[in-house]
Amino acid sequence: MMKRDECFRILARHIADEIVIASYSGAVEWNELNPRALNYFSIGAMGLGSSHGLGLALGRPDKRIVVLDGDGSLLMNLGSLVTIAAAAPKNLVHFVCQNGTYEANGGHPIPNPKVDFAGMARAAGYAHCHEISELASFEQQIGHVLGEEGPVFATLHVERSRPLTYNYTDLYASARRRTLKAALIPDA
Amino acid sequence: MDAPASVKDQAKVELHGGAILAAIKASGIKFILSVPDIVTSAGLLRPISRDPDFRLVRVCKEDECIGIASGLSYCDQRALILIQYTGFLDSLNAIRAVAVEYKQPICMMVGLLGHEPERPPTQSGRYGVRIIEPILDAMGIEHHLISQDADVAKIKPAIDKAYTQSLPVALLIGRRPVAP
Repeated sequence: MMKRDECFRILARHIADEIVIASYSGAVEWNELNPRALNYFSIGAMGLGSSHGLGLALGRPDKRIVVLDGDGSLLMNLGSLVTIAAAAPKNLVHFVCQNGTYEANGGHPIPNPKVDFAGMARAAGYAHCHEISELASFEQQIGHVLGEEGPVFATLHVERSRPLTYNYTDLYASARRRTLKAALIPDA
Repeated sequence: MDAPASVKDQAKVELHGGAILAAIKASGIKFILSVPDIVTSAGLLRPISRDPDFRLVRVCKEDECIGIASGLSYCDQRALILIQYTGFLDSLNAIRAVAVEYKQPICMMVGLLGHEPERPPTQSGRYGVRIIEPILDAMGIEHHLISQDADVAKIKPAIDKAYTQSLPVALLIGRRPVAP
């Protein structure tokens, strides 16, 4: 079992001009570790991160898109696994941080904390699927996972996080959206 | 005995899918995001699925479209969401946040299943149809009823406005479009 922030710290070393979509607890930790213009947090509704990611992947096939999903979030949008697999964007890498809880909503368990997300992604038709539980393994594999032809899926088995401060007003600030758009469409 | 004039006139009213598709193309839409709707199935979705000018993304559930369209908008790509009013109702939370609160250019073409074209939707016998325009009004989302060929001229200006002002719009399809 890994700590999510330790995974993200390693992931950050591999991120250059990728667009990173993150939600809730993952967004809080990613933003603390790696604040940057190409972060995308305004998913609007729980579970939609993977769908925003698909739109970005289809709209910018020249860029890699990294989705940092949560397990409770992905459960709300399982159909997106099938949609993404069918659309088959080669530039999309979809992580789910599985800690078995609705962490941002009181830490209550998800209906089945042992649900096999990588198995579902594989059955849906993702090109490559991984399951990683050890930090050393994550560090060893992450470069390869990020470089594979997508859509790629990886379950990261993580512990519950330290207590986080959720400043949604800041995460969802319109200034962040303007900054992202300006980075992606310089002439807009 | 001849039918009353008003009934005869009503019988002539049509909505042609080809005209709608031309307006969608003229609006710069490349991506169509859709869950099938029987109102628009033959007249719009099927021809779209065969048209190389469009990239059709078939989704499993309508709220996915809101996220996909938002992501595309950050890439300067225009998308049209083609769904039934039931899917619109199912997607309200995503529309509330992404389209309204974040002011994203979410363009929805919504089939009013069961709508009686001779009546305004607010006077429909179907509860689900009757509440659509009041919900859009409550959310401050601009909407247009497209129920005859004369209404097709509303489509391009509505989509252009949505993208230039970064606001959502709903185009309500009030009768089954005739297949091209």
